[in-house]
Amino acid sequence: MSSVADAHAADHHDHGPAKGIGRWLFTTNHKDIGTMYLVFSFAMFLAGGAMAMIIRAELFQPGLQMVEPAFFNQMTTMHGLVMIFGAVMPAFVGLANWMIPLMVGAPDMALPRMNNWSFWLLVTGSLILMSTLFMDGGAPNFGWTAYAPLSTTYGPDSTTFFIFSVHILGISSIMGAINVIATIINMRAPGMTLMKMPMFVWTWLITAFLLIAVLPVLAGAVTMLLMDIHFGTAFFDAAGGGDPVLYQHIFWFFGHPEVYILILPAFGIISQIIPTFSRKPLFGYTSMVYATAAIAILSFLVWSHHMFTVGLPLPGELFFMYATMIIAVPTGVKIFNWITTMFRGSISFETPMLFAIGFVVLFTVGGLSGVMLAIAPADFQYHDTYFVVAHFHYVLIPGAIYGIFASVYYWLPKWSGRMYSEALGKAHFWLSFIGLNIAFFPMHFLGLAGMPRRYADYPIQFANFNQVSTIGAFLFGASQLLLVFIVYRAVKNGPKADAKPWEGAEGLEWTVPSPAPYHTFEQPPRVD
Amino acid sequence: MSVQALRAGALATAVTAPSSALAEWGVNLPEGVTSISNTIYDIHMWVFWICVVIGVGVFLAILWSVLAYRHSKGAKPAHFHENTTVEIIWTVIPFLILIMMAIPATGTLVDMYDTSDAEMEIKVTGYQWRWQYEYMDEDISFFSSADTPRDAERNLIEKTEDYKYSVDNPLVLPVDTKIRFLITSNDVIHSWWVPEFGWKQDAIPGFINKNWTKIEEPGTYYGLCAELCGQGHSDMPIEVKAVPKDEYREWVAEQTGDDG
Ligand code: HEM
Ligand SMILES: [Cu+2]
Ligand SMILES: [Cu+2]
Repeated sequence: MSSVADAHAADHHDHGPAKGIGRWLFTTNHKDIGTMYLVFSFAMFLAGGAMAMIIRAELFQPGLQMVEPAFFNQMTTMHGLVMIFGAVMPAFVGLANWMIPLMVGAPDMALPRMNNWSFWLLVTGSLILMSTLFMDGGAPNFGWTAYAPLSTTYGPDSTTFFIFSVHILGISSIMGAINVIATIINMRAPGMTLMKMPMFVWTWLITAFLLIAVLPVLAGAVTMLLMDIHFGTAFFDAAGGGDPVLYQHIFWFFGHPEVYILILPAFGIISQIIPTFSRKPLFGYTSMVYATAAIAILSFLVWSHHMFTVGLPLPGELFFMYATMIIAVPTGVKIFNWITTMFRGSISFETPMLFAIGFVVLFTVGGLSGVMLAIAPADFQYHDTYFVVAHFHYVLIPGAIYGIFASVYYWLPKWSGRMYSEALGKAHFWLSFIGLNIAFFPMHFLGLAGMPRRYADYPIQFANFNQVSTIGAFLFGASQLLLVFIVYRAVKNGPKADAKPWEGAEGLEWTVPSPAPYHTFEQPPRVD
Repeated sequence: MSVQALRAGALATAVTAPSSALAEWGVNLPEGVTSISNTIYDIHMWVFWICVVIGVGVFLAILWSVLAYRHSKGAKPAHFHENTTVEIIWTVIPFLILIMMAIPATGTLVDMYDTSDAEMEIKVTGYQWRWQYEYMDEDISFFSSADTPRDAERNLIEKTEDYKYSVDNPLVLPVDTKIRFLITSNDVIHSWWVPEFGWKQDAIPGFINKNWTKIEEPGTYYGLCAELCGQGHSDMPIEVKAVPKDEYREWVAEQTGDDG
């Protein structure tokens, strides 16, 4: 093996990482780029989290204590945008960069230069978005959904920058998706047929197709906003013959598949981790693949469940209600498969597994409140209340965020060659778990009792649960700082990790040393 | 004293004072005062309990798996990874459960969409940030704005029970009358929502949405705007006074008489 590497080194002089800042600016190495994506997304997660803390601090009591409603609306909007486009999506791309080549036995991503470009576009787009906070008239304040005409005729000047940043972030994500598809289709090690691919690779492949399908739709929607604002069109302006509801249809045609973009890679991660720590193969691999594909296809047919109260005709309501309910079936299949994987296994509870189990438990809560929201007549009550806020945080945090946390603990030994402290990891899990439930469970009650979302101030009837929720939110927020410490400590002076630190782990990524050398699989491995 | 100091003082009292005794621990939808709101409540509870049963089942299965098959207790892993029969069962059964939810939901939705045979019509128009009510069969039309005192928002005075709910001119409606609402907006999208009636309906500029209600009990019912409409979004509440029919006719006479 070493003679192969030597022969290879002879005809390449740039074998190790470059020195200095240039390594990071110009790198085309999937591991460097993956690391940059992960670090950047975590910084955005903290920024979005800080905005959430401002929101929750204001809502600690009825009345206006900390911020004015105008600024409050900027915070909710930016919080949503930063979390979705700055934290979760880039974190998944970072994981794809690091792990997909290692999992399919490829030396790098298929399009390494584009890979670099897509990362730096992400930084550019995010900086433009963040810069709106400092503009005259303030940041976007119309919610992450940017409904017209609040975002057009009535929007702040910074809306134009928001639109531009969405374009750039969209281009960046599409490039990432193209890269993922090209890598998976072309660069699998000999013998790795599609149906032998790890679930994380499968779910990312499907996610990448979703990205390519819907990001252009979002780009189109915001471009129409731009034209309405600057070029005298009236796509969404009723006074000019346009239709504000058209915007919502286009937005949610993007938006619903988008929520699966935010969850499918996490499904893949959980499907890697549960078998490892159950020491038992994933139950129903084939049905997992089909369920993921079914969810992805159905996700194109349900967008109007976000619009049950806009005045859809009755047949429309019924269609979207039934289609939405049907998505619960493949989602249920996944949950049952994970549980059956654990059933009669030999389970140990290292931190990645704790987050994975937390995922299954809490995602079930979010999934069930999703079924309730699908019931159109009841949604005339639930819609746009804190019940919805509770629902989507129960799917996004235990879903996307726990999936990302789980994979950081799971693969950190491979990335850094070091182990984290198991005791601190467990503390991080339990604090997050408790904080999350205290923060978000009461939001179900608030919503049902009648509190609308995106409210800076509220009737005193909602005071108690808001207070509880804020306390939980600060606990959850603070415990994320622990993660920074855990990772820093591990990378600096954690104990050395084996090539395969987890007894039950399987897959090509564990056949290379820890830390994974700068170049891996220059000779493709054989899979049988 | 500067405004800042005043505010800081107010904040300090607000934070240290026990949260208002009037605050509640409400956890559920109201049953409401119309047949539609009652049916919605029933469906909500029906679906909710089904979800609880499923959730408890799933949690017990997880709990059993993690407790019974612990590595630390020397569990030896089995190696099965497929079973077509159970996979078919857990695809079909959820499907059947969903049908049990869809049937009542469909019926209710059909009723909600039946705005025919209304005995009167109210046109509701959303503005940044107040509502306008027009009685289509009478010569009555007025604006309804929040009248929460600014000082209460700034924590300078005690908050009353109707903080953020009360308005200057409530919408007065008769009970036992099928009322059709025509809902639209003059600027951005708003959403007119009275939980006790069971629904919210978006107020969209350039479009008129319809919905209906038939209030069964006299009383005062509050609601809030439910679609983000700018900085006054939490500041355009709804107050409905539902009165017996004869009282309503007196009120109408008074209004139209005053207007000359
Ligand atoms: C750190 C913990 C978090 C807290 C305490 C928190 C809190 C909140 C609150 C209170 C709202 C509602 C604001 C309102 O309606 O007035 C909100 C909205 C939202 N959150 Fe979070 N959140 C957290 C994390 C996340 C994460 C991780 C994501 C995404 C992955 C996320 C995505 C969103 C989105 C999309 C919205 C809707 C924004 C809008 O209304 O336009 N949040 N959050
Ligand atoms: Cu959706
Ligand atoms: Cu509003």
